Amino acid sequence: MKHLAEYRDADTAQRLAAEIRRIVTRPWAIMEVCGGQTHSIIRNGVDQLLPPEVELIHGPGCPVCVTPLETIDKALAIAVQPGVIFCSFGDMLRVPGSRENLVSAKGRGADVRVVYSPLDAVKLAREHPDRQVVFLAIGFETTAPANAMAVKLAARQGLGNFSMLVSHVLVPPAIEAIMRSPGNRVQAFLAAGHVCSVMGTWQYPPLAGRLRVPIVVTGFEPLDLLEGIRLTVLQLEAGRHEVENAYARVVSERGNEPAQEVIAEVFEAVDRAWRGIGVIPASGWRLAKGYREFDAERRFAVGHVTAAESPLCRSGEVLRGTLKPNQCPAFGQECTPRTPLGATMVSSEGACAAYFHSGRFAPAGS
Amino acid sequence: MCLAVPGQVESIHEANGMRMGRVNFGGVIKEICLAYLPDVAVGDYTIVHVGFAISKIDEASARATLQTFADLGLLEEGLADLRDSEPADLANDAP
Ligand code: SF4
Repeated sequence: MKHLAEYRDADTAQRLAAEIRRIVTRPWAIMEVCGGQTHSIIRNGVDQLLPPEVELIHGPGCPVCVTPLETIDKALAIAVQPGVIFCSFGDMLRVPGSRENLVSAKGRGADVRVVYSPLDAVKLAREHPDRQVVFLAIGFETTAPANAMAVKLAARQGLGNFSMLVSHVLVPPAIEAIMRSPGNRVQAFLAAGHVCSVMGTWQYPPLAGRLRVPIVVTGFEPLDLLEGIRLTVLQLEAGRHEVENAYARVVSERGNEPAQEVIAEVFEAVDRAWRGIGVIPASGWRLAKGYREFDAERRFAVGHVTAAESPLCRSGEVLRGTLKPNQCPAFGQECTPRTPLGATMVSSEGACAAYFHSGRFAPAGS
Repeated sequence: MCLAVPGQVESIHEANGMRMGRVNFGGVIKEICLAYLPDVAVGDYTIVHVGFAISKIDEASARATLQTFADLGLLEEGLADLRDSEPADLANDAP
């Protein structure tokens, strides 16, 4: 692993870190929401550049990690049905369901395919009119424009053999849930830059005001992160709770309005269970009335399967930010990326995998 | 899947009533939906999520991002996402 000190921007990074050291006077806990940010932080040692007063808490922003076990079991139940072509983003394949994952289902003969875009799944449906093509539509607001357009396109082309298993999740309700959860230590948020490139920043000022919490829209490159952290610490030290945009080269206040319009047409808000966290009100999207015929849960009678998580896995605490991955007793022992007990060890955006791949085996301070 | 790689629009066309483009990601060319960026033009850089261009980005930032990805070994990861998918190439039969 390379460390930040080795990069061309090392000087700027050191200067930003020095500035953060200069302005900080007391301990602060800041949550980076997005799993991509977590990876960049751990991989680049951004956290190790920070003064001891600034603690980064890793948030639940890994779509693979928070997809409920039930959804994965439903996916598996659909995938093994005869005549089905089951399509998914690659990072879902190894996520453990209660008994197996999509890779092992494929090994047993299910037609499971990795697609880069949901449009690839629509194309498969057009090419295979005799098969049922199902797409596992998960993700935050970043993947929603693509998934919404795929449904719209399938509707326009009259593809009765296309459907989606939808388990979309949303960032703002998660921020609210974290702030209101008992024992919460988070005092400020680095909001996920790419989510905001779709949704804009307009959703956040009411949230920042209501929860009295600074929210700084931040990118995921090392310098972006340090700048986001600097702005956040400035707010915290001054007792401000505002929305600031440290990623203006990509994110605007309004976001991508054509995408928001299509999302609003195709999806509607729904209470959603987050793996390891529980149900958060209005924290997800499902297909709206006009598009329900494309709902795979309706098309395939997938009963509600309740399933127990591994008793060893503490990913719920990791996702809520109350436990660092390497504080989990199973970390690197029973649980590795090859033998994952929880989704946070599988996904390239999961915090446990980030710690593992960067060799962070010992808890900080030990 | 949230990792969004910047790419440069090489050409724009329509397929099945949808604005599509061929976008170059550090050498890998993909068929990308441009419906959400009605004003994007050939030569522009854009950030792409799962096959859809979502925001424009200036050339300098795009290059910086690609360089950072390369430094971090993330470019391989991002491009693997682009390459691994099957059907691999939508170029001949865009949705
Ligand atoms: S290290 Fe493994 S067992 Fe522990 S919380 Fe992470 S995924 Fe779960």
